[in-house]
Amino acid sequence: MAKTPWQEFSKGIIKENPVLRLVLGTCATLALSTSANNAIGMGLATTFVLVGSNTVISLLRNVIPDKVRIPCYITLIAGFVTIVQMLISAYSPALKDALGIFLPLIVVNCIILGRAEMFANKNKVLPSILDALGMGAGFTATLLVMGIIRELLGAGSIFGLPITAGFMDPIIIFLLPPGGFFVFGMLIALANKLATDKGAPAAELGCANCPLCGSCSQIAEKEKERAKK
Amino acid sequence: MMKGLIAIFLASILTENFILNKFLGICPFLGVSKKLDTATGMSIAVTVVMVISTAVTWPIYNYILKPWNLEYLQTIVFILIIAALVQFIEIVLKKYIPSLYNALGIYLPLITTNCAVLGVAVLVIQKGQADPSFGFLQSVVNAFGSGVGFLVAMVLFAGIRERIEHNDIPKSLQGLPITLVAASLTAVSFLGFQGLVDGLLG
Repeated sequence: MAKTPWQEFSKGIIKENPVLRLVLGTCATLALSTSANNAIGMGLATTFVLVGSNTVISLLRNVIPDKVRIPCYITLIAGFVTIVQMLISAYSPALKDALGIFLPLIVVNCIILGRAEMFANKNKVLPSILDALGMGAGFTATLLVMGIIRELLGAGSIFGLPITAGFMDPIIIFLLPPGGFFVFGMLIALANKLATDKGAPAAELGCANCPLCGSCSQIAEKEKERAKK
Repeated sequence: MMKGLIAIFLASILTENFILNKFLGICPFLGVSKKLDTATGMSIAVTVVMVISTAVTWPIYNYILKPWNLEYLQTIVFILIIAALVQFIEIVLKKYIPSLYNALGIYLPLITTNCAVLGVAVLVIQKGQADPSFGFLQSVVNAFGSGVGFLVAMVLFAGIRERIEHNDIPKSLQGLPITLVAASLTAVSFLGFQGLVDGLLG
């Protein structure tokens, strides 16, 4: 299953878009798409952590014992998140306030653990970095699209520049939580429509995409074995 | 004192609902809310872990990390504590309360990476920094209230989803999109609670 470097990178943007196709990282997507600025900030912070964790996990894939891999990954990811937290609070305190609680919560963003589990621990370093860059780009792009839609409708501006002033009043509910759910639902419907037209399955939230799926099903199998004995 | 605690409890269920207002724990909300009994089981497991992990992380932050100026280690320390706690709870339940383990055990491994648990631990620390009177008791009550709010949203939503199953939905909207639109409408109804807690107890 050899892929060219370009395919490795570009699959994350459309074909396996982490947000719209794999439905990972929904919490951060919904919470931080209130404005285009927040969306870019969150997207770049997550991409940084993703590239760092994918690189290190891929380098250590033969060192980390299989049984304790999830705690190892979480610790590594938490280390990178701490680096990002320190960088952002040093260089952009305003962004730190805007991201708020979701900055430390990058640790539990399923995109990162999901890519570690599904890609980085099976592949060499270079493909893992490209995969991380692609997934990060897909995540940032989706957040940006949602951020632009919500900011335009909810505040009448894009990147803080007023656009619709004069002919349309802002619809504030798009900035509130219900607007986030609604816009996200509509984007998934659109992505599903485009994907099913090409014969791909519709996006589904279930065990298949959950990064812990492996460990869960292992537990279930082990218990079955124990019950047989 | 008592009044303040009740206000925190009610606010964390209604106006600061974790799922519908803060977007924490969306994955289990969308994934596990298909059936009422799994939704309840998952929420109870989340509530238990939330309360215990807040009760452990709060003293560790305030009595170990803070005096030693190690606040920047917060994220790493908290996630490791939560992961260890979840394992510990699982082992204890399995050994001493097998019936409860059978009911909740399957959800426990999923909870480590649930953002609601780390979310509440980080959130109460932030609230404590903003307002020094927000101490240990307030933090634990807040965690418990958030768990109950999680339960309320999950149970409400499971009921809605069981109804959606029987409806005629346009093809592109089937599955996840219609679920999100329903979540949006549920969130609108929770907006109605805005100001309620201050009005009742203020």
